Parts: sequence; C-alpha cells; structure tokens
Amino acid sequence: MAQLLSGLGYRQWILHALLLVPLLGVVPILLGRPAAAKRTALVVSLVEFVLSLGLWWALDTSPGTLQLNFSVPWIPAWGISYAVGIDAISMTMVLLTTLLMPLCVLGSWSYIKTRERGYYALLLTLLTGILGVFVATDLFLFYVFWEVMLIPMYFIIGIWGGRNRLYAAIKFFLFTLAGSLLMLLAIIVFAWKVYGATGTLSFAYAHLLEHREAAGSLAPWLFAAFGLAFAIKVPVFPLHTWLPDAHVEAPTAGSVLLASVLLKLGTYGFIRFAVPFFPGVALAPPVSALVVALAVIGIVYGALVAMVQPDIKKLVAYSSVSHLGFVMLGIWAATTQSLQGALMVMIGHGFSTGALFFLVGMLYERRHTREIAAFGGIAKVVPVFSLIFTVVALSSIGLPGLNGFIGEFLVLLGSFRVHPWATGIATTGVIFAAAYLLWALQRIIFNRLDKPENESLGDLNRRELLVMLPLLAGIVWLGLYPAPVLRRIEPAAVVYVRTVRGDYDAMRLSALAPERRR
Amino acid sequence: MSSLLAAAADPLGPSGAVRWVWLAVAFPLAGFLVNGALALRRPQAKTAVSLVGTGVVLAAFVVAVAVYLQLRASPPEGTGPFVVELWRWIPSGPLDVRFAFQVDQLSVVMLLIVTGVGSLIHLFSVGYMHADPGYARFFSYLNLFIVFMLVLVLGSSLPVTFVGWEGVGLCSYLLIGFWFSEETNANAGKKAFLVNRIGDFGVLLAMFMLWWSLRALDYVTIAERAPVRLIAGGGFVTAVTLFLFLGCVGKSAQIPLYVWLPDAMAGPTPVSALIHAATMVTAGVYLVARTNILFSMAPVASAIVAGIGALTALFAATIGLRQYDIKRVLAYSTISQLGYMFLAVGTGAYVAGIFHLATHAFFKALLFLGAGSVIHAMHHAYHSTGAHEDAQDMRNMGGLRRQLPWTFALMAIATLAIAGVPPLSGFFSKDEILAAVFGRGQSQPFWLVFWVMGLLTAFLTAFYMMRLLALTFLGDNRTGAREREHVHEAPWIMTGPLLLLGVLSVAGGFLNLPAFLGGREGLAHWLEPGFAVASRTVPVATPEGSAEWIVLGAAIAMALGGLYLGWRLTLAKPIPPAREAQPESGFARVLFRKYYVDEIYQALLVRPLVGLSRWVLWKGVDQGLIDGAGANGSAALVRGLGWLGSKLQSGQLGAYLVIFLVGALLLLFPLTR
Repeated sequence: MAQLLSGLGYRQWILHALLLVPLLGVVPILLGRPAAAKRTALVVSLVEFVLSLGLWWALDTSPGTLQLNFSVPWIPAWGISYAVGIDAISMTMVLLTTLLMPLCVLGSWSYIKTRERGYYALLLTLLTGILGVFVATDLFLFYVFWEVMLIPMYFIIGIWGGRNRLYAAIKFFLFTLAGSLLMLLAIIVFAWKVYGATGTLSFAYAHLLEHREAAGSLAPWLFAAFGLAFAIKVPVFPLHTWLPDAHVEAPTAGSVLLASVLLKLGTYGFIRFAVPFFPGVALAPPVSALVVALAVIGIVYGALVAMVQPDIKKLVAYSSVSHLGFVMLGIWAATTQSLQGALMVMIGHGFSTGALFFLVGMLYERRHTREIAAFGGIAKVVPVFSLIFTVVALSSIGLPGLNGFIGEFLVLLGSFRVHPWATGIATTGVIFAAAYLLWALQRIIFNRLDKPENESLGDLNRRELLVMLPLLAGIVWLGLYPAPVLRRIEPAAVVYVRTVRGDYDAMRLSALAPERRR
Repeated sequence: MSSLLAAAADPLGPSGAVRWVWLAVAFPLAGFLVNGALALRRPQAKTAVSLVGTGVVLAAFVVAVAVYLQLRASPPEGTGPFVVELWRWIPSGPLDVRFAFQVDQLSVVMLLIVTGVGSLIHLFSVGYMHADPGYARFFSYLNLFIVFMLVLVLGSSLPVTFVGWEGVGLCSYLLIGFWFSEETNANAGKKAFLVNRIGDFGVLLAMFMLWWSLRALDYVTIAERAPVRLIAGGGFVTAVTLFLFLGCVGKSAQIPLYVWLPDAMAGPTPVSALIHAATMVTAGVYLVARTNILFSMAPVASAIVAGIGALTALFAATIGLRQYDIKRVLAYSTISQLGYMFLAVGTGAYVAGIFHLATHAFFKALLFLGAGSVIHAMHHAYHSTGAHEDAQDMRNMGGLRRQLPWTFALMAIATLAIAGVPPLSGFFSKDEILAAVFGRGQSQPFWLVFWVMGLLTAFLTAFYMMRLLALTFLGDNRTGAREREHVHEAPWIMTGPLLLLGVLSVAGGFLNLPAFLGGREGLAHWLEPGFAVASRTVPVATPEGSAEWIVLGAAIAMALGGLYLGWRLTLAKPIPPAREAQPESGFARVLFRKYYVDEIYQALLVRPLVGLSRWVLWKGVDQGLIDGAGANGSAALVRGLGWLGSKLQSGQLGAYLVIFLVGALLLLFPLTR
C-alpha cells in the first residue's frame, strides 16, 4: 500500500488536496439544482474520505514529529506562510473528520429540506476549515482556519437550527470569537517576542516552539490567551454553557460535527500549541492544579447535570463536558499513557457521541420531540434502533471491550501517578456516566410502551443503517483492537511528554511505593 | 485470526488442548451472534435457537473437560501457569496489555463449573422459556453471559478479567430487565449495573496503584513482584487489596452493596440460577483467590474481608427468615452463602472458599431451578384459571409435594445440602470453612467471633430453608381448589437438569473429602500450586483432635436444630394465603422490610444526589450563576451583537456567501502577489 501511494506521489499532494477538494466541491453545489446538492456533497465527501485514508499507510509515525511538511511564503512581509504538516495526532483527527463528513451528509438527507445548496456548501466549507486547523503549521494560517470554521457553523446553527436557533448561534459565535480574538493577539505578540530574540519574523510552528523561551515574562499572559480560546472550545467548566444551547438548536449534522470534531479542536490546541509553547506556565503547580481541578469538576459536574436533563440532546451535550474533562486531565498529567488516553478519548468520543447525536436525530425526525418523557418502551417497536442505541450508550459509559473504555482507562491510569487524588475523583465519573445513560436508556427504550404515538414508530431504514454501521464498526474495533491506533500515536505522545516535561525519564522510572519514603 | 493460529502453533507455549482454550469462549460467542441475528430476523425459529443456544455451551464444556484432562496429564513445568496469548490489546509505552488467557488449576475449576452448570441451566431454559416471545433474545443474552464469564475467569491480567467482570454485569443488567415493559424490572437491572459500578471504581483504582508500583497488571508478574517490591502489612498493599475488595463487594453482593441482588430476582428464574447464584456473583470470591498473594500480604484487609463476609452471612440470613417470595428467600440465602466464602478466603482458607463456591453452585442452582419449576407450575395453574395471584408467594403454595414429587424430592436434597447435613456436599464445604475459622481463632481469639457468627448463620440457614420447604411443599395446599388441578411437573428437559444437579449436590463433597474422614482432599491438592505462596505466609490452621470433633459436632447440631425448628415453627399454626395475610408487626416487620436499607439508601444517597444535580448544579450553578450572572454582565454586549447579527441575518443565503467569500478572498489576496 505504501509503495502504491508513493508511486502516486501521495505524500506530496495529499494535504493540499484535502484542503482544496471540499472547496472545489462547493462550486457544482452552488451551480447545480438544489435537489442535487446532497448527492454532490456525498460524492465530494466520499472522495475526500478515500483520499485521506492513504495517510494511515503513507505517514511515517515512528519519529512522532510533524511529517509531509510543506511551506510557501504567503505574506512574506509579515513572516506569514502557507505551511502544513501532519503527525499521528492530527492524522487521527483528520481521519475522524473525513469519516464523519459523508455520514453527516447522509444523516442530513431527509432532515434538511430548505436551502439545501447553501447547507451543503457550508458543510463542505466547514470541512476545509476543520482540516485546515488540524494540518496548519503556521500560527497565522491556523488562526485563519480557526475562524473559517467558525463561520459556517454559525450559519448552520442559525439557519437550519431549532426554535431558539438565533440565540444559540450568537452565543456560540460570541463565546468562540471572544476567545479567538485574544488568541490572535497572543499569536502576534508571541511571534513579535520571538522576532525580537531571533531576528526572524515568522509564525512557523517549529520556529516558535524552538524559541519558546523568548516569551519571557509575558508567557503567563500568552498562555492565558491561548488557553482561554481553547478552553472555551473544549469546553472547560465553567465556560461550557454555550455548548448545550448550540447542540440542542443545531441540526443533527451540526451537533455531530460540534461534538465529534469541533470540541477536539480545543484539546488539540492545548496538545499542539498552548502546553508545548508554555510548559513552564501550564504545568506550574498553581496553574496545573487549577486546570486539573476544572477538568475533574467538569467530569463529575457534567455527568450529574446530564443526569437530570429532560431533553436527550442536552443530556448528550452535558455528557460531552464530562468526557472532555478526561481529555484535559490526560493532557495535564502528561504521561505517555495519559496522553495516549486523551487522544483515544478524543477519537472514541467522536464515534460514540457522534453516533448518539445521529440516533437522537433519528428519533427527532420521527416524533419531532427530544423530550425523554415522550418515549418509553420503544424497544418493542424499533428493535434495531434500540440495539444500536444500547451499544452506543454502553461505549459511552466506558464498557470494556468497546471504544470508550480504552481512552478513559489510559487517561486515569496515566494520570494516577501525577495527580492521585484528582484521578480518584475523576474515576467516580464511571459511576455517574452509567447513571445518566442507563437512566435515559431505560426511559426511552425500556419501561412500558404507554404512548400511542410511539406504537407506530418505524425502525431504522437502510440509509440510517448505513450511517450507523461505520460508527458501530469503529466502536467495536477501537475497543477490541486499538493497538494499531495506539502504536501510531505513541511516538507523538512521547514527543509531547518530552516537550512539556523535563523530568520525563524520572517519571518513567520512579515507581509508586509510598512505604519507601518512611 | 493469524495471531490466534500463531498462538496455537507457538512451540514454546502450552501444548495440546490448552492452546485451544479460546474455543471455549468462541463457541458461546458464535452462539450469541447467531441467536442475536435470529432474535432480530426470525424470532419464531425456536428449534434453531434451542439447538444453537445449548449446543455452544455444551461445546464449551467439552473444551473445558479437554483442557482439564490436558492440565491434569501435564501440569505446567516450573512455577508459572500456561498463558495463551491472543492479541496485543492496549500497548502504551511500558504498559502492554495482552488479550490473553491464563490456564491453571484455579481457572480450570471455574471453567468447568461455568460451562457445566451453565449447560444444565441452558437446557432447563429450553423448557422454562419456551412460551416466551423473547426466546431468541433470551438465549443470545445467556450465551453472551457465558462468553464474558469465561473471559473473567480465564483473563490473564486484571484488565482482561475486567472485560469479563463488566461484561457479566452488562448481561446481568440485560437479563434482569429482560421483561423490560415492567418498570420495576427495568429499575432492578439499572440498580444492579449502578451498584456494581461502584465496586468497579475500586477495581480500577487498584489497577492504577498496582501498575505504578509493580509496573505490571498480569497475575504472573504481580505474583512475582509483589513480595519483592511491596512491604507486607504496609498501608499500600492494604489499600490495593481493599480497593479490589470493593469490587468484590459489589459483584458478590456483600454489605454494603448487596442491595441489588434481591431486586435482581426480577429476571427469569434460570437467570437467577446461573448468574445470581452459581457463577457471576461468585466472581468476587474468585478475584480474591486469584490475587491471593496480595491478600496474604495484607492481614488487615484480609480480616476485613473475613469480617464483612461473616457479617453479611449473618445479616442476610436474618432477612431470609421473614421473606415470602420464594426467590427472595433464595436471593438472601445466596448473599449469606457468599458471605461464608468471603469468610473463608479472608481467613486464608482459599481452598475452602473455592470448595464452597463449587458446592454452592450445585445446590443453589438446584434450588433456583426447583423454585423455577414450582413457579412454572403455579404460573401455569393461575394462567389456566385466569386468577391474578402471586405465583412466587409461598403463602399461596403449600402441600405441593403431591403435585410436584420430583421437584420436592430434589429440593429437599438441596435443602439438606445447604443446611449442612452430612454427608451431602454443603456439609463438607461449610465445615471446612468453620474449621479453618476456628483454627485461626486458636491463635487469634478475635476470629472466634467470626466462628460464632458462622455457626449462627448455619442455624439460621437450616431454619429458613426448612421454612421454605415447609411453606412450599408441606402442610395443606393454599393454591385454590380449581388451580390445584392444573399444578403438575415440568417436562423432562426441565427435570433432567434438576436430577443431575441433585446428584452433584449429594456427591459434591467428595471433591474434597477431608483426610480425617478417609478422604484424599482432591481439590486441595489440585489447587495447591496456585495458593502455595499465600499459604506459606498465612497458614491454614485446622483444629486437631477433640477440637476437630467439637467444631464438627457444633455445625451438625446447628444444622439439625435449625431444620427441626424451621419445620415445627413454620407449620405450628395455619398459614393464610397471601391476600388474606395480616401485615407483619414488630421486628418481623423490620425483617420483612429488609431493615429498611433500600429506603435508607434512597433517602440518604439517591434523592439528595438527584436533587443536588437538578436544583443546585443545573438550575442553580449552570442556569443561574454561569448563564444568569455571566449573561447579566454581558447582556448589553449580547444584545448589541444580537442586533448586529439580526442585520446580518437577512435570510438571504447569497448575502452570507458573498460576505464570507469577500473575507476569504481578502485573506487569500496576498498569496497571488
């Protein structure tokens, strides 16, 4: 496979193609008939997915550093380049995104009935924006993609959303914009400081990372600005309140992309930029204690608030706050296992929460309500739906053998050495996760079938099965045989730990043996 | 698949049948998939479901027997057990968890019990569940349970065991809530899962602590490194073992997490027999035995294990005295008997614990299936006449020995076995536990308290079991004249398995016949390699000479006394049928209401937590503080931008795209220069 790809020159053009193909796909959508838009979008997103698959073989993940680097000056006067590159961390995110996009198109097939051309055009634009964020290796370019991605999402929520869509869209927009403007400022100041120290004005990632010490006394402020932008995106408690509103109002595909991919942009930002640039600040005891505390609060708080939601979509939204808390904990513990775990949670959450939102959307299309109380006992009438819903819920709960477990287990195991008490509290998340999801599962598919409206519900059709099967396959595969993914991301995780933590080798060797200290 | 074949062909690995042990898991897994597909597509194909569902478990039993014979013929050389590696599961830096099975004397005993008793219960289910519309679904769940139970007992490391551990919990959840249209059933399933998760929290923490101290999660390496790297009796190993034990308390329904098991009786009766008596609930005992080296290094934790076991045994037995639902009596009896097993392993008498686990699997499965046979008959009778009475309430039974002679005879045998009447199986295993506890009491008098608790439990066990037998089968019939005509024995496919379990309940004691009765202590010799290190650290002291006979005599006296009183007191006065019964009063009411523990948990834990989440966290913090106060501060800003947004939000898609493209072009412009 690798030979075939290199024969095609795959490594030279793939990243540019991934950014360009969706944009090119926008043209026929806008020029074509409205009814043809979804077909075009499906073809384009499938082409994109097939193209991206080659990365799995073409990328040399063993060094753990950025590969396929390409850079050409864009605004030379300001030291801005069009620079892209990819490592195993961004590869998993790229593959997750390109896999989900065709499913999102399929999932929108009958859900979106108005202004289809605009919708699918925005969806493809969003794809370019997201992939751009993951592959940009120039900070300014990164910022551009960060904003490019924000705008289509704003419109998707604001136009095709639910009853309260405008409020949710603006809330989403404002929260994210507030953070990202600060980040832009921080990017410029950081580049300026490095310019002052080195004499080279550049926004190149490698350059800034190499001279990160140049931030000097401004480092805490710069970290705060980066951190705020990313923390809003994650979202870290207490910056999460835009999320439930945005999720509830967004159309299904919007919710799926928000949860499965957009939230990961925040944690990706921490892994790629905020922590490696300013490890002295990020991992300093007070900051570290604050972030870890907020992560753990997010895990428990998100789960408890999810438990009492009457609206299924809000429940899933709050569950994301809880799951992303595990990612934050893993990033901050900064051990090989905790970071690999964080990445596995990012991937696994993409599958299971994406699938949950699809399933909620399928229910909504049938009943036009998301109230948990409107259902009950539907396992009798929609057995296939119920089976899939159960499997997905179990994976979200972290049942070993399905994908959710691997990430949570590695995060908690890896973090325990560094933050034993916080990890202990975080581990209670496994209890609360079971509480909110099983309770919801019971009220939706079990109990008595006592609402006449539910008696004639139709089970999943072929298109819907087509959406769910790849996600289910991923859920089982990543739970039983995650080794191929773990092996690929391990070197990158080691590089991260080395970059942010000086005492890496000490961490590796010192065993936990409290008796010795006596 | 290729890694499986590689494992099978590995010249250095185990040989013969042992390397094919994964087939014991693969067969039921195939059964689950086939029956699952049938449940969705052809739920009426009951013959196919019966053949596949029971066939795969029988096949697994054949594999188990082959593995046992192989292991007996050529036990592993040196110290380590056979480990059959299937694939690399979680590689992450030095952590490299393999999906692997460990075949040794302990896991083979469990393998035989699970597949053997499992086969019989699958056969029984063919008859018991035949009229149920969810027949195929039932068998797919039951097969899946066997898969996870075997992963649990065969797992070569804590994470792999944990896959089975949580997997059996899942199957338990699905099967308790099998008739999910009743909210109480769905609630019971959820409760079981959640309470178990509290225990699993402990198992996870124990794994983290073991990893960072020993750098290993597989049993072989843990056993190698723990004595070297951990300080025996230290706080660390005590904490690890207590966290592990928390998991066992959840899975094996001990105080304070036993509350899910009585509710679990909402599931079909074969499920109660298989999962909630013979196999899954004993997993906690198995885990302590599996990690016996750690527990042998933690005397305080071991004493807590024994104490919780003794306390649970006594406590549950008192509740069993006053229950009327035939399955609930058996449920509390199971909790109580599991307490005995923990008393044993906490005392260091691992062989006695596993011995009682095995005999209990026989006689308790028999009791549950017998109860199932009774319920089946009662249900049939009420169904025939259209009466709406409780088919599980023993006050509605009585005198059934005439209608159900086989069931009566077999349940009577099982009752004598669980009561500890010689020479039935329960006598030997229970006596071995009590002897070991008494023996420890000779050097540590504190243990004598546990011994007395164990003796009292023995008395209560005999009492409530005789009461169950008397209420159900003796005295006058209270079913009702018309219904009585319709009560009759179940088909052979149900009584056949009962018969086999009856034989095992009688003869099971000969697995480990003590030396002073001329026995060969077969089980003790068989299990010896696995417990050798632990029993050197904490030797099992058995009473000698006259003390031996006193312990034995006391146990027999308790059993016979309990049986006699249980018989006399139960039938002393007439028993009204359930609908005419007076409500309980006084302490009987406290026992009947199970010491109000469920109500206390509900009031102290569940409701406050839900209330806190709803009113404080969600409405208060989230909507009030963060959104409310946060929005108040920035309300003006939001309103201003909202106005701007509404201007932009012209609804004209073209306008948006123009704005967007203009912005994009402005940024791309420099690139063209």
